[in-house]
Amino acid sequence: MNDYIPSIGLEVHVQLKTRTKMFCACPAHEEGTPNVAVCPVCLGLPGALPTMNREAIRKTVKVGLMIGSTISLRSTFDRKNYFYPDMPKNFQITQQAAPLCIGGAVEIEVGGQKKTIRVNHIHQEEDAAKITHLENSSEIDYNRASTPLMELVTEPDMSSPDEAIAFLTALKEMLVYAGISDCNLELGHVRCDVNSSVRPVGTETLGVKCEIKNMNTFKGIHRALEYELERQVETLRAGGKLVQETRRWDDVAGVTLPMRSKEYAHDYRYFPEPDLPPVTLDAATVEAWRAELPELPAAKRARFIADYGLPEYDAGVLTADPAIAGYFEAAAQKTKNYKAVSNWTMGELLRALSEKGETIADAKIAPEALAALIALVDAKTINMPAAKEVFQILFDRGGDPAAIVKEKGLAQVSDVGAIDGFAEQAIAANEKVAAEFRGGKEAALMFLVGQVMKLSRGKANPQLAAEALRRKLQS
Amino acid sequence: MSAPLHELGFLDAADALARKAVSSAELTAALLDRSEKLEPTLNSLTWFDREAARTQARAADAARAAGDARPYLGVPIAIKDLLNVKGQPCTAGSNILKGYVAPYDATVIARLRAAGCVFVSRTNTDEFAMGGSTETSAYGPTRNPWDVARVPGGSSGGSAAAVAARLAPAALASDTGGSIRQPAAFCGVTGFKPTYGRVPRYGCTAFASSLDQVGPISRSVEDAAAIYQLIAGLDPRDSTTSPRPVEDVLPAVRAAKDLKGLKLGLPKEYFVEGLDPEIEKLTRAAVDQCRALGAEIVDVELPHSRYGIACYYILAPAEASANLARYDGVRYGFRAEAGDLQEMYEQTRARGFGAEVKRRVILGTYVLSSGFHDAYYLRAQKVRTLIRGDFERAFAKCDAILGPVTPTPAFRVGEKTSDPVQMYLGDIFTVNVNLAGICGLSVPCGFTAAGLPAGLHVVGPAFREDLALKIGAAYQHATEWHRKQPKI
Repeated sequence: MNDYIPSIGLEVHVQLKTRTKMFCACPAHEEGTPNVAVCPVCLGLPGALPTMNREAIRKTVKVGLMIGSTISLRSTFDRKNYFYPDMPKNFQITQQAAPLCIGGAVEIEVGGQKKTIRVNHIHQEEDAAKITHLENSSEIDYNRASTPLMELVTEPDMSSPDEAIAFLTALKEMLVYAGISDCNLELGHVRCDVNSSVRPVGTETLGVKCEIKNMNTFKGIHRALEYELERQVETLRAGGKLVQETRRWDDVAGVTLPMRSKEYAHDYRYFPEPDLPPVTLDAATVEAWRAELPELPAAKRARFIADYGLPEYDAGVLTADPAIAGYFEAAAQKTKNYKAVSNWTMGELLRALSEKGETIADAKIAPEALAALIALVDAKTINMPAAKEVFQILFDRGGDPAAIVKEKGLAQVSDVGAIDGFAEQAIAANEKVAAEFRGGKEAALMFLVGQVMKLSRGKANPQLAAEALRRKLQS
Repeated sequence: MSAPLHELGFLDAADALARKAVSSAELTAALLDRSEKLEPTLNSLTWFDREAARTQARAADAARAAGDARPYLGVPIAIKDLLNVKGQPCTAGSNILKGYVAPYDATVIARLRAAGCVFVSRTNTDEFAMGGSTETSAYGPTRNPWDVARVPGGSSGGSAAAVAARLAPAALASDTGGSIRQPAAFCGVTGFKPTYGRVPRYGCTAFASSLDQVGPISRSVEDAAAIYQLIAGLDPRDSTTSPRPVEDVLPAVRAAKDLKGLKLGLPKEYFVEGLDPEIEKLTRAAVDQCRALGAEIVDVELPHSRYGIACYYILAPAEASANLARYDGVRYGFRAEAGDLQEMYEQTRARGFGAEVKRRVILGTYVLSSGFHDAYYLRAQKVRTLIRGDFERAFAKCDAILGPVTPTPAFRVGEKTSDPVQMYLGDIFTVNVNLAGICGLSVPCGFTAAGLPAGLHVVGPAFREDLALKIGAAYQHATEWHRKQPKI
């Protein structure tokens, strides 16, 4: 690859999280029984006409605002003509001549290197129905037909599969953050056409472009790109010629294959959609939408590092999901021990959530309760094992940590007299280990601390226990 | 009642029903009796169902008996077979939709239903409204009640013939390039195409979306005004409808007695070679009548008129080629059995569509295809802008424009079927009104020596339906042409 430079561009289709479909009032994202969320409009019945989903427009404009696009105050819709049973009207309503968002850019970082990926435009369109091909027939579910889609088209600014994935990750993070889309890849919320070419080092003109259609996993995109770039370079090195073509990724075989030209060579015969007047926006509306934008992940990460003194790693984990970040900040309002909040959130909380398959919205442990729990640990009222026990109770049923500590009798024993007693019992019961310690084996002490903890049923302050043991063994 | 029930017009029927001089059930039955008698000759209807009509009519009668005083309760109306009426077939005159039953009401139908109208029958149309003679219908040609050897015009020839033959007091129709006005002129009835965006298209099977408009065909301008008011106005389901409120024009239309203070334009481009001398004479006589009623007649120019036909026959097929793509055998309508998807598409459309529809789909596909798009589609759009500009300039000099509706009277069945261009040229005076998106009215203005009706075209500026209707009404109040009935 060293003598060739890859250029990668993406066309990313994202289903927008709206209540209704793009051009009718049917519910969007109906995943259950097929063909229930349908009406004359999304079935393309004779006489039906599309009407505009303003919420979809708002969401797409917000994406444009997040990436610094120029928002078209007047944008138009076009018909893209092609026959396929997943398209009820046999044309797709999309934007070709005057899309909603022009230009923009997304910052990515790969291997510590920051890079700007330019966006050509974002346009609004409708999704097709879902087709399942069976052995001798096909089944069509029109629930998905006319789901609002935005298509974001980048410039060919990425030069490695890693950069492509970094771009998609950054984009996905933004879209989830701003509530634009759930970006659930399994549900097909994000689908991607991947364009790539290679050119010899030292040349400027882009090489022959190949498009891989309809990719829907990041892993698949990475693998497909690795294969495809290698294929292109190998072809050129062997003195072969590349043809501009559309290919598809065979995930099982791990190869890209050319599609039959019949499968993609369309003259789409675009023309303005006569049933929809241009969408006009005024600057004040756009500004109002801008004001609704949340703090973006990169800005939030920087702020978490600056305001809470968190390591970059922590800031990255906490801000990956806006709900988690929000939880962290709510807890951080109630304590100054930000690192502890971070540790609990990244550790126990995320683990417990993933074990139960829940999201932060389901969590019964209030952020204030987590802060209170941290305060109890910091005040040495409870030790760490007890704190974890309290956490689990809070996680399972919520409540007040202090009350739980009291109810369960988990308060740490810091009474020197009591601990001395446990220490003497531990030494007496484990003479051999005690002798080892006296003989210089420092590690033996930890065993005895464990015994003290056991005797105190976990409540002894481990630090005091160690001190007591040391005192008694060395006296 | 002295006159037979079938002779009642739309407002007459409303009045008779309100006075309880007749019941909706009686009126509907009388119309269907007449339909059964005359349809073998006329072929103006694609469907009627006595039982369904009786059920609707009886419901209206019961409502009236219970004190319901909606002014149009129980008034029967025929519907062009392009408009979706829930539970009735809707075939657009095409084999590809044979057997298709509409699962929803078009907005105009919902409005008439809310007014209490009875949907008595469905009228024949050129297939997908593509034609000027109703000869392209899969149901066969409709005959002109004034001379059954001749066409009724089209595409709304079924509606015009049915209204002229008194099979219904009035009918709903649609007009893309003249499809209401031209058959109205050929059949001696009144036809009104409102301004684009005035009447909702939701539920009107699309031919050319930027040109289609629904309107009435009736016995008089007053009836047309009444129906227009019922169906016009903003529809949230049709984004191209205007939010302008629909004014109550009926009192002014009823009261229109003269044309004093109005300047009516006469475009020289509408009186050229190719215009039948008899039609010209009848049109000029109608213009004189308007002058006698107090109008000032002024000359206007519509210099781009002559490009109208070419422009229309690029833009309308272009839009149609996309609008008709949905008839593919996948979801509804006719499906040809075939070995694979591609063949199913091809066979379904090859056998489902008639020759004229195929011609226009191919034409539309061609003018939009890469390499030709700019030379045809884009250029036609520019011409359309020029045509619109012509009318804007003309309306700066006059209140409305007068002219002929058609270059000839009704021609013989089969006379032009082998020469589509001759057929298309019949739209010469009507298409520009659609291209400009303005309103146009056709009122009967006399008969040729052979007894064929002619129509006077009253073209109004956008959203000046009130003006066009008042002019037409004043003319009708001074003339008797619209009262003539064919002897059939």
